[in-house]
Amino acid sequence: MFLLSLDIWLIVEKAALILVIIGLSFFIAMYTTYAERKVAAWLQDRRGPNRAGPWGIFQPLADGGKLFFKEEIIPLASSKFLFILGPAMAMTTALLTSAVIPWGGTLHIFGRDVSMQIADINIGILYIFGVVSLGVYGIMIGGWASNNKFSLLAAIRGASQMISYELAMGLSLIAVLMLTGTLQMSGIVGNQMTGDNLWHVILQPLGFVIFFVCALAECNRTPFDLPEAENELNFGYHQEYSSMKLGFYLFAEYINMFISSAVMATVFFGGYDILPFVDESKWGLSPNLLTILGFAALMAKIFFFLFVFIWIRWTIPRFRYDQLMKLGWKKLIPLALLNMIITAAVVLWLKK
Amino acid sequence: MGVTQILFWFLSVVALFSALMMITSKNPVHSVLWLIATFFAISGHYILLNAQFLAIVNIIVYAGAIMVLFLFVIMFINFNKETEPRKNRWLKMIGAIAGGCLLLVLVAALKDSDIKNQAAQVKEGNIGLIQYLGKELFSTYVVPFEISSVLFLSAMVGAVVVGKKE
Repeated sequence: MFLLSLDIWLIVEKAALILVIIGLSFFIAMYTTYAERKVAAWLQDRRGPNRAGPWGIFQPLADGGKLFFKEEIIPLASSKFLFILGPAMAMTTALLTSAVIPWGGTLHIFGRDVSMQIADINIGILYIFGVVSLGVYGIMIGGWASNNKFSLLAAIRGASQMISYELAMGLSLIAVLMLTGTLQMSGIVGNQMTGDNLWHVILQPLGFVIFFVCALAECNRTPFDLPEAENELNFGYHQEYSSMKLGFYLFAEYINMFISSAVMATVFFGGYDILPFVDESKWGLSPNLLTILGFAALMAKIFFFLFVFIWIRWTIPRFRYDQLMKLGWKKLIPLALLNMIITAAVVLWLKK
Repeated sequence: MGVTQILFWFLSVVALFSALMMITSKNPVHSVLWLIATFFAISGHYILLNAQFLAIVNIIVYAGAIMVLFLFVIMFINFNKETEPRKNRWLKMIGAIAGGCLLLVLVAALKDSDIKNQAAQVKEGNIGLIQYLGKELFSTYVVPFEISSVLFLSAMVGAVVVGKKE
């Protein structure tokens, strides 16, 4: 069957995949808030949420319900359309990145080979950059439309921080691209699965550290949560927001964490590759089982990164703003450039 | 009508409408946002021509970096009706004439060019993919490419020198 010369089953397949992945992102983001409170409690020798359900596992639902039923306030002096557009942009850009991440190999169901990646585009990693660079708008538009000086200052801070750290992030990835020779996400994972099965973190430790620091800054997480520095800016760029619009901003942060963990796992930790140095196809498992195991491995890596994000938040204090800028421009960018030059030299030398 | 044609007409309408809105909207912040919408529509056109690299670079550089800086500056400047300078009627008329002259030159230049009778390659043609574009840039067009990079470098150094405090 064809609809406008497109195979209708392809459309159904992709639509189902998109729904599953977006649902999964929401679900994991929800439980990351719970994990954050539990880990914080554990690090501070408390019990954490334990009233809603056994061990408090319904706490995210209770939080969400509370946010939904709160009164919605749109300040009179705000610019209404942009005030609503802000959180919508933040949420959309947070979810867009998941389209190019390969969540697993191919599944063989109903006589069709279903790839567990929504779109395997030629420019995979550049697409991620494009979406990340658009992430600024949610913060900037929301902060400006609130018509509040604190919100505006926080929005400007957030924007300049994100622009500064995008540079080092891009430079650290160029070194990886030199090794793979492709920008396609499936190619980057395939490069780590074939050959001697080396994950890129072994070849690019410095690149990974730079990327990780930049990911923290891009997600506005501690120690880089300057846009939400409550002792300087009251509450940050979402000060005027209430109800679910505030919820969208807070939630977008957790989805960003989830997606950037997925990107780190894909680019540096082999994606859905189960173990380094091992060729899994020789285990003699059925391809479907192997795909599911690979997906589980990717999820395990993502959960590990999410834990590290939370761990850092409750361990390291916030940077001062000038320290943040100095770190970004004077330390990370030269380091990333150095990493790039060394990688290029080694690649040229080995190919000769 | 195929999917490509529907997308083409949709993107063209979006691009023209948001470009018009960008010029006519009173609030400069709205203008910037409409301009971003225009860039997105143009990137969509690039994707229809299978120029994926060009499309995404257009978004990263223009929508993601330059427009952020525009928004940055405009947000800091407080635009009010009182502080806005009153525009002279003569100035408006001269502007219209200058714009009309530019349009005339562009139309005249494109009218007799060889591109006119060539149909665009839609959905096929892989010159827009990154590996072919890279090869082309670093072999056939390597001299202009390097010259333009030197130009950018000198512009950057110039900006640093101008911006540096005494």
